[in-house]
Amino acid sequence: MSVRIGVVIFPGSNRDIDAMNALDVAGAEAVPLWHEGASLDGVAGVLIPGGFAYGDYLRAGVIARFSPIMRAVAGFAEDGGLVLGICNGFQVLTEAHLLPGALLRNRGVRFVSREVAIAAERLDTPFTRRLGERRPLRMPVAHGEGCFFADEGTLDRLEADRQVLFRYVDPGTGEAAGDDGDAANPNGSLRAIAGVSNAAGNVAGLMPHPETAVEAILGSADGLGIVSSFIASAAERERAGGPILVSAAR
Amino acid sequence: MDVRFAVNVRPKPGILDPQGRAVEGSFGHLGISSVSDVRVGRRIELTVTAADEPAARAVVDRLAEELLSNPLIEAYDIEVLGGSSSLVGPRA
Repeated sequence: MSVRIGVVIFPGSNRDIDAMNALDVAGAEAVPLWHEGASLDGVAGVLIPGGFAYGDYLRAGVIARFSPIMRAVAGFAEDGGLVLGICNGFQVLTEAHLLPGALLRNRGVRFVSREVAIAAERLDTPFTRRLGERRPLRMPVAHGEGCFFADEGTLDRLEADRQVLFRYVDPGTGEAAGDDGDAANPNGSLRAIAGVSNAAGNVAGLMPHPETAVEAILGSADGLGIVSSFIASAAERERAGGPILVSAAR
Repeated sequence: MDVRFAVNVRPKPGILDPQGRAVEGSFGHLGISSVSDVRVGRRIELTVTAADEPAARAVVDRLAEELLSNPLIEAYDIEVLGGSSSLVGPRA
């Protein structure tokens, strides 16, 4: 039986179908989770896809934070459940304080939709363990507010605690990009940070879209390693701990 | 009683504001070169029904802190509005 992974759908989510396709390609069963639901339906992991949840009004991700499903996701995360946020999903997780930092408007002001290269900083996390080696991974970005920001003290702490999961890199050399005016860094993210995890390591988010880079026909299959790492880890956790029952009533 | 408030949210000092920079960059097209340090924020107006003004203000404080601003990157202040707001314009 394949592992069941929930895909949260807010009004305005638009990468949910891509996320479900990626899960399917990687061998998991995708379970749609509507934003008004208060239950995670016993899934082994949760993916929050890209889009413009609730129109991104006020600030990207903030209104989604208060939806019933996010209450359940927060409880799931607190119990050690694996949660992956992609693009808008990353913004939702930072606004929900499940991940550190904030995503500011891109430094160049423009909405950026193109391919970038990122590299995993660690290969021993639930989200990167199947990547095999550190190398540039090609996948698209599509966002207007993806400039990762945290104050210097927080950035130093994230580095020391090894919570930086992905950085934008030069696609040729694999060297980390600069943070201002470097074409390899699409949004001016501080220290070229493209993705982070929480301190416990079970919640992660990134701005690029691994879920739309899972098959050669999509232009790149470099994102598959991230999706399959997540699925393998969720399956392992489920086997170890039995079915994960999550109540939203907290 | 009903009290109408404005919450003014602005980027914290030191936080990059590309929007402000873009707006400032356009001033040259109007032939104006004497303006600098443009920062763009957001103003939210709302009416609170409560027993008195301090009680109404407590509601706005909570909203401003938890939802209307992101304390990591934004600061805010709260104004009590008199006659003029986006609901009722100033009398001509």
